Parts: sequence; structure tokens; C-alpha cells
Amino acid sequence: MATETTAAEGSSLVFHPMDQFIVKPLFGDGAIAWYTPTNVTLWLFFAILAIIGLLVLSTSKRAIVPTRMQSVAELAYGFIYKMLEDICGKDGIKYFPYVMTLFMFIVTANFLGLIPTSFTTTSHFAVTIPLALAVFLTVTVLGFVKNGAGFLGLFWVSSAPLALRPILAIIELISYFVRPVSHSIRLAGNVMAGHAVIKVFAGFAAIAVISPVSVLAITAMYGLEVLVAFIQAYVFTILTCVYLKDALHPSH
Amino acid sequence: MATEPISEEVVGSCVDSHGSAIGMPQLCFDWFPNQIFWLVITLVVIFLVLSRVALPRIAAILAERQGTITNDLAAAEDLKAKAVEAEEAYNKALADARSEAQRIAAEARAEIQSGLDDAIAKADAEIAAKAAESEKAIAEIRAGALESIQVVAKDTAAELVTALGGEADAKAIDSAIDAQMKG
Amino acid sequence: MEGDLAHIGAGLAAIGSGAAAIGVGNVAGNFLSGALRNPSAAASQTATLFIGIAFAEALGIFAFLVSLLLMFAV
Repeated sequence: MATETTAAEGSSLVFHPMDQFIVKPLFGDGAIAWYTPTNVTLWLFFAILAIIGLLVLSTSKRAIVPTRMQSVAELAYGFIYKMLEDICGKDGIKYFPYVMTLFMFIVTANFLGLIPTSFTTTSHFAVTIPLALAVFLTVTVLGFVKNGAGFLGLFWVSSAPLALRPILAIIELISYFVRPVSHSIRLAGNVMAGHAVIKVFAGFAAIAVISPVSVLAITAMYGLEVLVAFIQAYVFTILTCVYLKDALHPSH
Repeated sequence: MATEPISEEVVGSCVDSHGSAIGMPQLCFDWFPNQIFWLVITLVVIFLVLSRVALPRIAAILAERQGTITNDLAAAEDLKAKAVEAEEAYNKALADARSEAQRIAAEARAEIQSGLDDAIAKADAEIAAKAAESEKAIAEIRAGALESIQVVAKDTAAELVTALGGEADAKAIDSAIDAQMKG
Repeated sequence: MEGDLAHIGAGLAAIGSGAAAIGVGNVAGNFLSGALRNPSAAASQTATLFIGIAFAEALGIFAFLVSLLLMFAV
């Protein structure tokens, strides 16, 4: 890290781009046990509040002509519903609450993480790996329950020449087990990268000459991050739908 | 970030004495159980809220709106049908009125025509009567004229014969004049 | 010295981000040229576009992650 050298020179240029991801206890300085309320807890709680506010409170009037918040809620509903229906077909609709939970949680946590000085829960592998593993296990279990051994047909590419099939099966198997890895690292990596880059630019702002450039760069990165926050939630959800489709219709 | 020194053993092995991260905080496995625990609680709460309250409610709202729109469309369809009906009735009334008007006009024309025909016939008859009368009068006049001519011719012939020194034979003159008149 | 080598490695790993940028550009550019040829089919393929971009970008993120690991975790 650059901190040792710059600190030695007595310069004000200090980078701590990863400090924003530190998990701290909310009360006191104690060690973090599995039940300790931390800033993770706080921002997860805010995510719950935001989701309830958006999807429950805004629709409490059940207006035929929707208010602004209610139309946002309906938009989110229609967006995910249509995505699931387009990809998985009619029999995928059963899993709509599950997919909607994933999407709403990720998109809300991403946007809450864009609030300055907030804590971004989705930038942690500890959050995204369970999400991706949950999808992976659901899809695998569902595939075997729905199709029995026929689910293994997903790895046996029947349209390929017979000699190639074992090799393809190995490749398919590897790509199947890499899914949760890429699924989780994509989300956490994107979110973390954006936040770290913003923090690096913020570190440059300590130098008076380049601080205007730095502020402009932060603004531009922030705009990009708003886009990324939505697109990564969208990509996570659409990949969940694609994996679900594999479980429901494993024919290759 | 915290700048005040924090004793290392209370915070954990991932944060140095100045509160800065050692390595990547994402890879600090001391914090994993905590994060996973709270994440699972959050996801369960969100799932319950969504599947029990939010999603059925939004589905109901959307269905209700769809129903309202369908009803409104049906009502609009009804109104449109009524409008078409009214237009048809209006057109029919208009056509009726027009044919009635035509009928009345035709009747009037027929009446006038028959009156005219009568008048023409009457006039024709009168004209014919007058013409017959006139012809009769003319025939009489002509007959009168012929007789006068015969008398004048006989007289003139007799005078001519006498003037020429002959003896007027009345009978011969009469017959000659008659023959001339007939020829 | 060991830390210096790690920094060099981190910089080399960051090249992967540029490679991912080429990949994402390829996906988006080809989508655009296809969409301009047949605009009516473009709307139905935006999901595929995003999946493609996500896959291409994920590998760039892996490079970034390697770089981060070399910077902070070695």
C-alpha cells in the first residue's frame, strides 16, 4: 500500500479505499460474535424498511389510479414478473416471490450503499456468496426433484457428436459448479470496485490542484455506480431465472 | 473511518490499531458468521413480507385495474353500440321522411296532372264544339256563296248572251252553269 | 521487496480490466449493429445483451479481484 511512504513524507495523501467495508459493532467496541448487531445489521434493517415502504406502505391505498410510489412498486412487480415468465415460462411463476425477494434485496442494498458514509452490504462476499449458494442449491435440488436423473441430461449434450460428449460433459460440469462463484463475485466485485474507485478519487481530492478533477471524477463514477447498482441486480436476477429454467427444462 | 486507536484484540484480527483495514475486509472470515446470520434473517423477513403481503396485494391491484379497464371498455363498447343504433334510427327517420315527402309530392303532382287533364279535355271538347260550329257556319256560308255565284253566273251568262245578240235560252244556261259548277 | 513484486503483479492483473472492456465493447457493438439491421428484433434481445455483458464483465472483475488480492491480501 502507498500509505507507508506517503505517511512517512508527512503528506496528506492517504488512501484507505477498503476502510469503508469494515464491519463494526453498533454498540461499544466488543468483538464481533455471530449475533452482535453491527453496521451490517443496521443497513440490512434499512433495506427491509425501504422494501416495506416501497412495496407495502405505498400500495396500502390500493388505488386504481396509482400514486408515484405505487406505480414504482407496480413497475418493479411487472418487470420481474415478465422477466421470469419470458425466461422460465408459465411453470416458473411459482418461484416469483423467491426471485422477487432476491431482486428487491439486491437492488435496495445497492442503492442504499450509494448513500455517502453508508455501509454497502452487497459489497461483501459474506453476503453475496450465501445468495449465490442459495440459488445454486435451489436450482440443483429443484432440478433433481422435478426431473430425477433426467436433470443430468443438462450435462450430456445430445446434439454433439458422440465422441465429443464426455469432454463436453466435463466442461458443462465445471461451468455448472463455477456458476455460484461467478454469480457471487460478479455482484460483490462490481459494487466493491466502484466504491473503492470513488474512495481513491476522494483520496486525490486532498491535493488542492487536482481536487476539481477529482470531484468531477467522483461525480462521473457516482453516475456510473447508479447504473451499475441497478444493472448488477438485474443481471443477478436474470441469471437466477436462467438457472431456474435449466432446472425446470433441462433439455439442452 | 475511525482514527482513534482501538485495541486490536477487541475489534478482531482484521483491523489495525488505527482502525484501518488489514487486507481486504471482504476476506475477514471472523465477520462471516455475523454477516451471514443477519443476512439470513433479512432475507427471511423480506421473503415473508413479499409473499404474504406485498405481492398478493400488488397482484390484486393489477387485477382490479385490469378488471376496471375491461369494464370501462365494455361500457364504452355499449355506448358506441347505442350511438350506432341512434344513428341508424336517425337515418331511418330521415329516409322515412324523405319517402313521405316524395309520396306527397307525387300525389300533388298526380292531382295537378289529373286536374290539368280534365281541363285540357274540357278545353279540347269546347274547342271541338266551337270548331264544329264554325265549320257548320262556314259550310252554310259556302253553300250560300255557291248559290249566289250560280245566280250571278246565270244572270251574267244571260246578259252576256243577250249582249252578244243571241236569244238567252234559260234552260241551256242553267245546265251549262250547273255543269261548270260541278266540274 | 516482496511487496513491490506484489504491486507489479497487481498492475499486470489490471490489464485484464482492459481486456474485459474490449469484450464488453464487442458485445455492445455487435448488438447495436444487429439492432440497427433489424430494429424490431432488438427489444426482445436486450436480456441476452445484458447477460452477455455480465459474462464478459465478470472476467474483468476477476482480474480486478486478483489485483486487489495482490495489493491488500498478500
